[in-house]
Amino acid sequence: MRIGVVTFPGSLDDGDAARAARIAGADVVRLWHGDPDLHGVDAVVLPGGFSYGDALRCGAIARFAPVMETIIDAARGGLPVLGICNGFQILCEAHLLPGALTRNQHLHFRNRDQFLRVESTGTAWTNSFTAGQEILIPVKNGEGCYVADERTLDQLEAEGRVVARYIRGNPNGSQRDIAAITNEAGNVVGIMPHPEHAVEALTGPSLDGLGFFTSVLRALAGASAGANAGGHQS
Amino acid sequence: MARVVVDVMLKPEILDPQGQAVANALPRLGVNDVSSVRIGRRIEIEFVGEPDLDRAREIADKLLANPVIEDFAIHVVDDAAAEVV
Repeated sequence: MRIGVVTFPGSLDDGDAARAARIAGADVVRLWHGDPDLHGVDAVVLPGGFSYGDALRCGAIARFAPVMETIIDAARGGLPVLGICNGFQILCEAHLLPGALTRNQHLHFRNRDQFLRVESTGTAWTNSFTAGQEILIPVKNGEGCYVADERTLDQLEAEGRVVARYIRGNPNGSQRDIAAITNEAGNVVGIMPHPEHAVEALTGPSLDGLGFFTSVLRALAGASAGANAGGHQS
Repeated sequence: MARVVVDVMLKPEILDPQGQAVANALPRLGVNDVSSVRIGRRIEIEFVGEPDLDRAREIADKLLANPVIEDFAIHVVDDAAAEVV
């Protein structure tokens, strides 16, 4: 399975995201913001960082990068896409996910290991977890406060689209402690904390982040088995 | 030459922690009669030819403002008039 990791000008965590996908067992393809070709990848990770220096709003410029035009179309067609931190901001700016990420309410950059509760295991990126599982992964953001109107928040809750919530402390003021959400189809997930930094004992607070990457491999294997059963060549 | 000015503001229901921080600092300047400060962004656009308000509106809606959290207002500023001000 081929997982593409996009590099924008100002991306920081593309290397770690690629490494995490590799450790999970994927073939990693590095994608470039200026190249609209996805090079046949089966899933895409939009990494953390400060694409285009966060000019205007976080993710606002990256959303119009040539690679994003292709990713937006492919995501609407079911391609699994995980946006981490700045990647989450880009997915909101691209309207693949509802709401927006705003300045942390306390105005401080927060950088710490953070407990989350996985709320939805029905997505392409969280099927390896159990519902209600508590995980520990790093969070590091200045503009991670998730906001949306009440109707959207209620809809996310009712449809089981809140993927993870902050527990034992909300690091940025996000409404309803939301740390991660998904789209209606469950193939697009945005998460503010960084699973790619929690995949090895040497550098991470846990190995909990690996589950996001093994999940998508499992989802893809399931999809490809289904396609083969249906008589298609994968 | 005329410029198109786009003013982008957070929607009233969106918390503005930067504005609050400024409001909280004002008493240190001896200012005690300010109840609220909200911070926005002013963007000036110069077209090659005549200012095109419709195009400016499209640019503002697609890129300059995020309609999920922000409102924008557009007006044309004549540089000659602006200098008088």
